[in-house]
Amino acid sequence: MFGLGKKDLSLFLIVVGLALFAPFLLNPFPTGSSLAQFNAGYPDLMQRFVIFGIFAIGFNLLFGLTGYLSFGHAAFLGMGSYAAVWMFKLLSMNVIPAILLSMVVAGLFAVVIGYVSLRRSGIYFSILTLAFAQMSYNLAYSVLTPITNGETGLQITLNDPRIFGVSATADGGIPVTNLFGLEMRSATTLDIAGWSFSFSAGYYLCAIMMILAFYLAIRIFRSPFGLMLRAIKSNQHRLNYTGLNARPYTLAVFVISGMYAGLAGGLLASMDPLAGPERMQWTASGEVVLMTILGGAGTLIGPVLGAGFIKYFENIFSKINDGVLHSWFAFLPDGIENLVVGLIHPFVGKGWHLTLGLMFMLVVIFLPGGLVEGGQRIGRLMRRRKKPAQDPRKPSPNPAE
Amino acid sequence: MGILEVKDVNKRFGGLKALSEVNLSVRENSVHAIIGPNGAGKSTLLNCLVGKLIPDTGSVLFDGQSVLGRKPFEINQMGISRVFQTPEIFGDLTVMENMMIPLFARRDGSFRLHAIRSVRAERALVERAEQMLTDVKMIDKRSMHAASMSRGDKRRLEMAMCLVQEPRLLLLDEPTAGMARADTNNTIDLLKEIKESRNITMAIIEHDMHVVFSLADRITVLAQGTPLVEDTPANIKGHPKVREAYLGEHA
Repeated sequence: MFGLGKKDLSLFLIVVGLALFAPFLLNPFPTGSSLAQFNAGYPDLMQRFVIFGIFAIGFNLLFGLTGYLSFGHAAFLGMGSYAAVWMFKLLSMNVIPAILLSMVVAGLFAVVIGYVSLRRSGIYFSILTLAFAQMSYNLAYSVLTPITNGETGLQITLNDPRIFGVSATADGGIPVTNLFGLEMRSATTLDIAGWSFSFSAGYYLCAIMMILAFYLAIRIFRSPFGLMLRAIKSNQHRLNYTGLNARPYTLAVFVISGMYAGLAGGLLASMDPLAGPERMQWTASGEVVLMTILGGAGTLIGPVLGAGFIKYFENIFSKINDGVLHSWFAFLPDGIENLVVGLIHPFVGKGWHLTLGLMFMLVVIFLPGGLVEGGQRIGRLMRRRKKPAQDPRKPSPNPAE
Repeated sequence: MGILEVKDVNKRFGGLKALSEVNLSVRENSVHAIIGPNGAGKSTLLNCLVGKLIPDTGSVLFDGQSVLGRKPFEINQMGISRVFQTPEIFGDLTVMENMMIPLFARRDGSFRLHAIRSVRAERALVERAEQMLTDVKMIDKRSMHAASMSRGDKRRLEMAMCLVQEPRLLLLDEPTAGMARADTNNTIDLLKEIKESRNITMAIIEHDMHVVFSLADRITVLAQGTPLVEDTPANIKGHPKVREAYLGEHA
């Protein structure tokens, strides 16, 4: 079905299921309970999950398949956001032209940046892409202020022309982003026995985009083009002597990957119509590298998992402050309570980066294949537990002596 | 006139004259060996044939067209495939995937954005790859990771990857270098099989006399960058100049 193999199809259906039922899955705790703060099922965060999922899927096409580590991918995300906001300013608040233009703009820049950067490989390629991204960031921050509005960031205002829309709504407010009239921020809330689930139009637009992006990624992975990309990672020398020119292949995937980033940027702006230079900063580029490696570079689902993981930490762990910790450990005697809170304190709240860093180290050292490898190991362990006697290669636990 | 014509090729590295006035002609459907002691210029000559080096003067014509200044992938697209001293394969991919890449290269050229249809859907090419793997007795290893195979199998796979492209000229750079005796004999048998079962033109650079004499139709002996003689294996064995320059060490 859908031209996918059996394994890929089930993986695809799992992702579709996760994306469509995320409002339920991410809200496992009743609203009133003390664990409710671990719920991630609110539209803002869910949107970020899938948008950064798209970003990481695209990054993984480049890095996971060819091994070319771009350290400047956030530049394309930022360009996508700026392009989208300009469409909101000039054309209309409909998200379709904004998303299309964000992909086109990111793609065009990717052609230029890729053409130059791909002349080198390895660390030199990474440095070139980093240089381009930092140039873009600094230009957006200062020189290009008329286009990017500098430090403040580009926003929509009441004075924008919006030739196919309205500059201001009837009551004098700034119009909101929509899909042919369906407002992106509109949401319905479903209350069931203490749980509260929220379904937002914006989230579902992003989720559908992510599903499409994931589907295309599977097709690319399994295509002759994807095979060539993996061959480039494996042995470029042999590839050249087999009659294939690596350059156009790497450039093509660089542009595709840049367009994924542009799409993510366009969606970010469609959910919240503003764009600032910090989206292009090197930390943002580093984040997508972390997501991909944490989830499992070169695997299909890894980047999506990695993106969800990091965004969850960023938004949930960072909210655990000392007050919350004290309320958790209130049952302990005062002295011990303060000690425990003091010990946990550096790892949560503003210190969530420390936890993330430690987890990243553990994953890279013990699970080089990322979370996906972790899942596979657990799966293998379970299967071995189920039928221990059937494997003749395994020595029996109590050898006869 | 041969399919590969090397004319008056000179190549200098600083003060060292690596090749001087090399003339060579490889005839179609024959096995031509180039032998010589270490430092005779064998590898330099080979690198001039595949686009890795450009000679200072002279010409290299393949089927009447110059190969000089062309990139390795362009030369492969002209119909020259190359086997390396240490097997160059795609270690991270399976044996079958290794076989598909040269087939795509032959059908689609040096680049084609073929991103939607799955590799498995290419039935015709899959069948050809399977046929070739059967021919080289590797079909049972089709889903193996190429890097995990023995050196002999890697050599076999590399050979199969070149042959499946149906090259008009197959270049082999010391195909048995560093191999154990058993692997060397296997490789010789494989090459003999290939020679007998297909009309193929091969040029072999080799150090090992055993390999050369059992395979080649014609042999060129290089010494100090110049061809000493070119003749049949039988005549080369008895040639006094060759004995002096090369076999003398062993005889």
